[in-house]
Amino acid sequence: MKRLLMILLLLATPLWAVEPGEVLDDPALEARAREISQGLRCLVCRNESIDESHAPLARDLRLLVRERLVAGDTNAETVDFIVARYGEYVLLRPQATGANWLLWGAGPVMLLLALLGAGLYLRGRARSSTPQDQPLSPEESRRLAEILDE
Amino acid sequence: MITELGHFSLILAFLVAIIQAVVPMIGAQRRNAAWMAVAEPAAAAQFFLTLAAFGALMWAFVTSDFSLRLVVQNSHSAKPMLYKISGTWGNHEGSMLLWVLIVSLFGAMAAWFGGNLPPSLRARVLSVQAAIGVAFFAFILFTSNPFLRLAVPPFDGQDLNPLLQDPGLAFHPPFLYLGYVGLSMTFSFAMAALIEGRVDAAWGRWVRPWTLAAWIFLTIGIALGSWWAYYELGWGGFWFWDPVENASFMPWLLAAALFHSAIVVEKRESLKSWTILLAILAFGFSLIGTFIVRSGLLTSVHAFANDPERGVFILAILAIFVGGALTLYALRAGAMEARGVFGMVSRESALLINNILLAVACFVVFVGTMWPLVAEMFLDRKLSVGPPFFNMAFTPFMVVLGLVLPVGAVMPWKRAKLGRAMRLMAPVFVLALALAGLVWVMQTGRSLLGPVGLFLGAWLVMGAAVDLWLRTGRSGAARLLRLPRADWGKAVAHAGFGVTVFGIAGLTAWQSEDIRVAQLGQPFDVGGYTLTLDDVQDGEGPNYFTTTGFVTLAKDGREIAQLRPEKRVYPVAQMPTTEAAIDQSLARDVYVVIGDRQDAGGWAVRTYIKPLVNWIWIGCALMALGGGLSLSDRRFRVAAGARKTSAVPAE
Repeated sequence: MKRLLMILLLLATPLWAVEPGEVLDDPALEARAREISQGLRCLVCRNESIDESHAPLARDLRLLVRERLVAGDTNAETVDFIVARYGEYVLLRPQATGANWLLWGAGPVMLLLALLGAGLYLRGRARSSTPQDQPLSPEESRRLAEILDE
Repeated sequence: MITELGHFSLILAFLVAIIQAVVPMIGAQRRNAAWMAVAEPAAAAQFFLTLAAFGALMWAFVTSDFSLRLVVQNSHSAKPMLYKISGTWGNHEGSMLLWVLIVSLFGAMAAWFGGNLPPSLRARVLSVQAAIGVAFFAFILFTSNPFLRLAVPPFDGQDLNPLLQDPGLAFHPPFLYLGYVGLSMTFSFAMAALIEGRVDAAWGRWVRPWTLAAWIFLTIGIALGSWWAYYELGWGGFWFWDPVENASFMPWLLAAALFHSAIVVEKRESLKSWTILLAILAFGFSLIGTFIVRSGLLTSVHAFANDPERGVFILAILAIFVGGALTLYALRAGAMEARGVFGMVSRESALLINNILLAVACFVVFVGTMWPLVAEMFLDRKLSVGPPFFNMAFTPFMVVLGLVLPVGAVMPWKRAKLGRAMRLMAPVFVLALALAGLVWVMQTGRSLLGPVGLFLGAWLVMGAAVDLWLRTGRSGAARLLRLPRADWGKAVAHAGFGVTVFGIAGLTAWQSEDIRVAQLGQPFDVGGYTLTLDDVQDGEGPNYFTTTGFVTLAKDGREIAQLRPEKRVYPVAQMPTTEAAIDQSLARDVYVVIGDRQDAGGWAVRTYIKPLVNWIWIGCALMALGGGLSLSDRRFRVAAGARKTSAVPAE
């Protein structure tokens, strides 16, 4: 029955994202499905998640996500199930494994470097002195006093 | 005939630009006044010639001259006039022509209004600006010529991409380009200063208005694009971290950093070499943006030209200008000695923090945008970097920026006491915290995002008010209106940032959504509102077919609005679009989209309640307004007209 429903749904020409027929009856499950779909990429679209996309493939994936959830999978299991079939390309949030640490670490590392650089620069600025900051020599003080007295 | 004249004047402009790039530079090197003076008429000539070429192309679009290949590919005789005009820049070739028109416009402005610049600096600035022009004239003439004719003109055109047939989008590209290309002016100033070997307070004062203007245009352009995406794409998102959006966002972040650091150069003669580097990078990111859009390297909704040859050409331009600039920078930056002395805690250091946060945030966006490419080329991993990454990696920088901004803004130059600045802001901090707490209690059990965003927004807006109040000193409210425009500009722009943060957080935290099959005449409830789909009718627009839903929106039994969501099909371009119906208000938008007729009867209808969403763009408008107020400050005009002021006799 479910398969028949899926086939019927696939035959319809969708105009946009999540269709009324796809929504699960259980609101908690549906909320989880939405959350998961927002993190999965529609493979044939340009930078859209399957939640936003109206491509038939995105619809297949949305139904697949819901099918796994109804079957009792956790969120992580559902995502793993899809990644195992479509590759890590479907993940809009890249995994922090291997060289991807460079991606995730880029911001924090750069921030630390920038703060370090700025700290050194500021220390230099605070310490450096210009001629105005040096006290007057006794000669200069005497001359200044003379001028002021006149 | 007009087309050929346009083509010819484009070639002439190219030649004039070559002369303008070479002669004044040599003149400045040899201190030859006559050679330097070539720059000014050349800049004017280059601008008017390019304007003529652009006008000719626009004429071809307006009159639907289908002997032009470009017009055939992007226009249709039935298209409304506004979109015939905007079609001129709604395609690769035309938009490049607009780009180069703006390059020459900025050059001409520097020639006309740069009367008080030292002659050698002005000659060099105009020469560098013309060199940028030369590169893009060559790009247009050799790879993307808009004036090519067809031997056999067709009867009618292929129409403009229907998504682009929208008033918001008609004006999105010109503003964006004014911003992108405005940064070329800053770049030219930076180059000229490096060649000249001198950066001083006066340089900072000349550069700041140009950067500010570029930033204002970028702000407006980005906001228009985001607003368009919100109502046109049919699910009410306002920002997608699409590579092309990032391409405009990165120069925006750097431009914001740049005009803050230019303040330090102007007032305190410090951070000079950093400011120069920022100027180079900001324009570099504009070029990278162009490269991303035009090469099709990173595919996205906007990419209209997937042509490797063009991509390579732009990459070459990028390499020559940014590579050359960075080399020159490495050779000369050491010569720029900082003069100002300031303590660890001071307005200078606060502005430095602003620069670090904005620049690192820009770096994060850059790495995230380019990472899929890097991973595929070097790691053999095909992966995606999408909104979840950017939201996590980028947002913390903006949160920290928002937290430190009000305190930093009230610090004095040279030496500040952190304790004093914080004491001044303490009441506002407590008030903002209390507001956030109140909301947190009221919303019970939802994400912390809403209260945190509300806190940041309130803190920024009230902080800006306190900042303005402190500027009046002891004279109080009487002085408020007589404060320099720059003070108002600063406060308004900072408050605008807070308002945008508030809008984004409110929308993200509290929006609700409903998807259902609506039967005609049967009311349904969404988030306290009652909607009824009364009727669905088919109709016809000038160049499309439409299916319009008639929806009544009511609350507590009282009708609020009649909404008309549409679903359009453009037969020539063979594309469907959705036209959402939105009931707008400051508190929330009710956003209705109509979908397909269901086999079992009824229509698919999507409804969103989007709280506070309009504040996102109100904030952007405030930021742009703040920039405009600063730009109109008398002190800039006085500096610009300093040569003309007559001496006032001493009393």
